[in-house]
Amino acid sequence: MTLKLGVPSKGRLMEKTFEWFAARGLALSRTGSEREYAGAVDGMEGVELVLLSAGEIPRELAAGRIQLGVTGSDLVREKIADWQTKLRALEPLGFGHADLIIAVPRFWVDVDTLDDLDSAAAAFRAEHGMRLRIATKYHRLVRDFLREAGVADYQLVDSQGATEGTVKNLTAEAVADITSSGETLRANHLKILADGCVHRSQATLFRSGQNGWDDEMRATFEALSHRLGLER
Amino acid sequence: MILDTSPAIRAEAERLFAHFQTAGAQPVETDILQPAETLLDLYGEDIRARAYVTSDPLRGEQMLRPDFTVPVVRMHMADGALPARYTYMGKVFRKQEHEHGRPTEYFQVGYELFDRADPAAADAEVFTLFNALLSPLGLRAATGDIGILLAAVDALSTTARRKAALRRHLWRPRRFRSLLDRFGGRSAVPDSRARLLHAVRNEGIETVIDRAGPEIGMRGREEIAARIEALLEDAATPPIAAGQVEILEHVMGLRETCTNALEHLRDIAVDLPRIASAVTRMDRRLDALSAHGVDVGALDFEASFGRTTMEYYDGFVFGFFAEGRPDLPPVATGGRYDALTRILGQGRTIPAVGGVVRPGVALSVTGGMA
Repeated sequence: MTLKLGVPSKGRLMEKTFEWFAARGLALSRTGSEREYAGAVDGMEGVELVLLSAGEIPRELAAGRIQLGVTGSDLVREKIADWQTKLRALEPLGFGHADLIIAVPRFWVDVDTLDDLDSAAAAFRAEHGMRLRIATKYHRLVRDFLREAGVADYQLVDSQGATEGTVKNLTAEAVADITSSGETLRANHLKILADGCVHRSQATLFRSGQNGWDDEMRATFEALSHRLGLER
Repeated sequence: MILDTSPAIRAEAERLFAHFQTAGAQPVETDILQPAETLLDLYGEDIRARAYVTSDPLRGEQMLRPDFTVPVVRMHMADGALPARYTYMGKVFRKQEHEHGRPTEYFQVGYELFDRADPAAADAEVFTLFNALLSPLGLRAATGDIGILLAAVDALSTTARRKAALRRHLWRPRRFRSLLDRFGGRSAVPDSRARLLHAVRNEGIETVIDRAGPEIGMRGREEIAARIEALLEDAATPPIAAGQVEILEHVMGLRETCTNALEHLRDIAVDLPRIASAVTRMDRRLDALSAHGVDVGALDFEASFGRTTMEYYDGFVFGFFAEGRPDLPPVATGGRYDALTRILGQGRTIPAVGGVVRPGVALSVTGGMA
């Protein structure tokens, strides 16, 4: 069977991925019309390009429906429980950088660290009778991070977009979100906690575990690894 | 996913259930769907990683019961009279985040005793019941006493605020340690804190807040000012004396037989008289256990037992383990949870002690023979 390589289907992430492979002698391209999600691989036999939403690539890899995939390291950690047992990170690709961070209102001058956040959360709960709300869409990553740090008396509230606005809108007291430049945070009067970086994400090439591999795929993968100069 | 579906496990559960009824407990049932809010308020956000959450169109967010203690306490507080002994049998549901992990649903059989008259006798009654029931399995019993730890924190000569912070994190050993290091002057004040305190001393709290940015969100200006006042108070408080920190760490690290541990704690109470009443409670409990025929000279006591796993216990705690089987969870665990009844009873406390057996684990120990 051919080896399936999943690549984000649009935008800068797709272009950058194509460039990364091109620099290593593998020409990936979209075929057909602008709106059709079909692709081709030139320069290597036995590899099939599958264009997918970056958010779906982790699940497809974990299920063994694709063997290789490019997606953000944050998405893999968020979407796949116990991801190390199902996927292997082959190579960070050096683009798509984004940090998942915890931010609070800039006027909270008393809160700069997780330790402060924890203690402010205790006082907030005593004052308002509810746990301090942190808006995020990265529930697993943030919860694991805060548990590890020993932060208590908070709750995660789901926010699938415009997360930075939740504080002003009184639906959360703090946020945990992806930022690359910090511009949106500043515009919304938020600041990042000094030790509040949950995960530094970048686009990464992953391979799926043992599920769904045959000998032909393994041979193709050998050749491909050699071509891409992947560490063994 | 691993399930507790073998008929042998149900049979074992029924045997234990019958045994607890013979011991005088009234059988009770609880709903499988429990209001998520109660459990979240009690256990914090971590429970979401461990319990299955679902939603009901009328009742809102619900959880598949992750334990029986909470619903049994709520039931008792609604209409129970003292003393009361309850037993229950059924499945609990726990998400597992790791592959090849532990079962996601499994039987628990429990016994809970609500009694105001004599806590030491109640502790001893519950432990002895479990001990006798499990003795054919040749398990190791471990005991501890969260009440001793709470008393040792309370005995520190420092501000009420510092003690409250330590008490709050007793069940999170890493956070507890870093707080103790800071309050004991063993770790430096973070730079950001030092800068803030310097600024408010020079310019006043109001100016510093005004300069920082617009006021947004529900946490108000007064709350920030109040915390800064607390930080100023803390900065002006001397570190907890090294000798006191040492005693606290010594108490927390105590691992001995019950009899030796008690001797030790009595010696410590000479220097730290404020733990004396907790030590007396332990003394009474050991007497009550001896009266029930338990050899407390051979029973293990680990002061920190239950600190990481049994978050609502605040007194006597115990567990029964299969030695040489680190792959298995404890066969049974239990303890005293007066604080839980205070939270669920909104101020009303009912002294309570109880425990659960996992029949599936018990059967793994015997290799399937009940």
